[in-house]
Amino acid sequence: MTETLWSLFYIAIYPGMFFLIAYGLFCQWFDRKLYAQMQNRRGPGLFQPLADLVKLLSKEIVIPKNVTEVRMFKILPYIAIAAVTTAALMIPFESAGSVVNFQGDLIAVLYILTIPTVTFFLIGWSSQSPYSAIGSMRVLTQLFAYEVPLMLAMLAPAVLAGSWNTSDISLFYASRPLLMLVNVIGLGVSLVALQGKLERVPFDIPHAETEIVGGVFTEYSGRLYGFIKLAIDMEMVVVAALINAVFLGGSLGLSGVLGFALFIIKTLCIVFVLALIKSLMARVRIEQMLAFCWKYLAPLSILQIIISIVMRSIVWQGL
Amino acid sequence: MARPLKALGEVLNNLFKKPATSQYPVKKHTPAERYRARIKFTPEECIGCNICMRNCPANAITIKQINLEAKPQTLPDGKVVPAKRKFKCVIDLSRCIYCAQCVDGCPKKALKSTDEFELAAFDKKALQDEFKHPDETAK
Amino acid sequence: MPKITVPLGPQHPALKEPGSFLLCLEGEQIVDATLRLGYNHRGVEKAAESRNYIQAMYLIERVCGICSHAHATAYVMNVEELAGADVPKRAKAIRVIIGELERLHSHLLWLGVAAHEIGFDTLFMYSWRDREMVMDALETISGNRVHYSMNTPGGVRRDITAEQVKTVLAKVEALERRIKYYIDLATQEPTVIARTKGVGVLPKDEAVKRCAAGPLARASGVARDVRKDDPYLLYGELDFKLITSDACDVFGRLYVRAFEMLESCKILKQVLNWLPEGAISVKIPVKLPPGQAVNRYEAPRGEDVHYLKSDGGLNPARVKVRAPTLANFTSVDYMLKGDQLADAAIIIAAIDPCFSCTDRATIVTPAGTGIMSWRDMRSHGIEFYKKKGIDFSKVKVF
Repeated sequence: MTETLWSLFYIAIYPGMFFLIAYGLFCQWFDRKLYAQMQNRRGPGLFQPLADLVKLLSKEIVIPKNVTEVRMFKILPYIAIAAVTTAALMIPFESAGSVVNFQGDLIAVLYILTIPTVTFFLIGWSSQSPYSAIGSMRVLTQLFAYEVPLMLAMLAPAVLAGSWNTSDISLFYASRPLLMLVNVIGLGVSLVALQGKLERVPFDIPHAETEIVGGVFTEYSGRLYGFIKLAIDMEMVVVAALINAVFLGGSLGLSGVLGFALFIIKTLCIVFVLALIKSLMARVRIEQMLAFCWKYLAPLSILQIIISIVMRSIVWQGL
Repeated sequence: MARPLKALGEVLNNLFKKPATSQYPVKKHTPAERYRARIKFTPEECIGCNICMRNCPANAITIKQINLEAKPQTLPDGKVVPAKRKFKCVIDLSRCIYCAQCVDGCPKKALKSTDEFELAAFDKKALQDEFKHPDETAK
Repeated sequence: MPKITVPLGPQHPALKEPGSFLLCLEGEQIVDATLRLGYNHRGVEKAAESRNYIQAMYLIERVCGICSHAHATAYVMNVEELAGADVPKRAKAIRVIIGELERLHSHLLWLGVAAHEIGFDTLFMYSWRDREMVMDALETISGNRVHYSMNTPGGVRRDITAEQVKTVLAKVEALERRIKYYIDLATQEPTVIARTKGVGVLPKDEAVKRCAAGPLARASGVARDVRKDDPYLLYGELDFKLITSDACDVFGRLYVRAFEMLESCKILKQVLNWLPEGAISVKIPVKLPPGQAVNRYEAPRGEDVHYLKSDGGLNPARVKVRAPTLANFTSVDYMLKGDQLADAAIIIAAIDPCFSCTDRATIVTPAGTGIMSWRDMRSHGIEFYKKKGIDFSKVKVF
């Protein structure tokens, strides 16, 4: 009985839905505020993201006439949220342990985190509008570009740590902080690739507003659109937590309040870097993005894996 | 000549700068000295030449004589004094384009440009800026 | 791959004003583009005919929100030509000052819009923040930020005091430093280069054939600038360079506009440091002698052509305005073809379109149709609604 209650707590409160929503909205505010500051603007107030969400939730949903799969159209945003929450359960947050802990959960997380992207593709495809159709084509094209470098870069720390478990990886680096420096290239690659995953400048091609209006989300409105936005915010938290666990040693062996504070600080630092990248660049074209990812990011991530293997097998044989 | 992250210095610099945004409704804006906004009319000065009405690009000015009954007076020594005509003016702020052409054209400086620019109103009647002659209001 | 048609406009985030571009796409590539205008027709020319020369000036000033001084000056130069007035030199100098400040303002605005179209919002915010300096300078001189209303037939309405010269000079110098930074930023940032180089190519012969004007023509290597070719106001006596580029693409247009801003600063410094003394206006009669005049003015977006006809009455008999965007629109469909959908927004923005300046009455009469007079239209309308059971024949219109 208590186990069921605990499971419910994990799923609904922490680190599941409630925490992800609250912290996701906060991260959205933090990102927007930083972005505004960097542009010498004032930026939104702390509760602006919440107000936006509440406003969207109270709005009417308009479903275009030519949507044939209305049920799918309605259900897709929830699938995205569910996928993000599921992924969150496998990542260590404030302590070294995650809720669902098994050997190979790193791979599982990376797979589950592609589900929101795929739902965005389906969202655009079922919307039946030219803008969304082009947007969803771009979503898929982009997926093939950033996903491989991201996965390869994420695997490098695992190779060095000799484990496919995110908790083990974070514990490994927490006990040997200097080894984190080995994965610097991988960290850079994954931060850039994440801009593609989270669809932010310079890779916000799927919903480039000056080209295809709202992109895949053009036909969405009201509650459904609110949930899509929420899923993206939650995804940002989960991804930042993943980077934190895989590359930065997670909670560094701490737990409880201290571990939680450390987690918040480190994820905010990651959000800061993401905001910085966003403010420094123009949006690129889809074929330029493909070329960039395959020409630079993919070779760099392979180089990172090679470095990790060399470190593991030759230099650090004693491990 | 491409240099990546060219904007980095400026962006980081701005992170610690005060935002350039002016907090308008909280902090009042002071317009320039020559700012053209709400037009003020002094009825006592007006001689009814109608130059302002004729040249107003938006036809926003209406000047009417209020003492149509006034007649020229003959003084005891035989001199004829022309009637003292009095005027009132309505400036339609919803039509006015604030070019201040009327101010430039007025030979008696009866029209003046002020820097009152917060003129939005919920009621259209509030935009009818009426300037009554003091004698009329006294009656 | 199947072709799909994507509407860009009349309402679209990339366009600041309504105008319709129908893009026929093959994947991401544009194979055909159709342009449709006419969403913004305001009847400015006809309205000018029912106003006197002073009223019409304020109306013509409102043809465009950005180049308001350009249109007003071109119109006023026509009026002065008809009246045979000799405009004082000081008035001309003040017109040049406002005109060049306006060019700075317009180009900075364009830089921001272009940066936004390619998703570089940081540059957009910075350039618009610094554009405030120009707006403030204009407000100090003229009393307003957008519609300066500086012109009057025969000269200018307000003088520039020595104190104002100092403030404006300081602002111009501060702005010059910022502009140099933006030139560095926009021409060295790799993502900007990637998005602008080789995009929207308009070769020189095509630019000439399609009568491109302003920065669009100059970026295709056509050295055409009214300030140099047919100097008006004081431009014949000023020292400035005609900026051209042989890049023929969006990057070239960016380059031309950026360096034109520096030239504008140079002109401003010359004129402000050397303001001729004297009156600022001469009297112009209310009624102009019959005749007609055409004047050209190099607006920030290109060449403005104004035509004015007087029949000796109080009001102009005919006013014709040709805004530069009209000349540049013919090149847009050529530039769009073969490029990516992602580039459509920046290609359209690169001509700095101003739709409402451009929209004039267009009468399209395909073979077999005639022009309907007001009376015909009215009787047609009555017939049309009679069939639907509504009788409008008793409604008095006039």
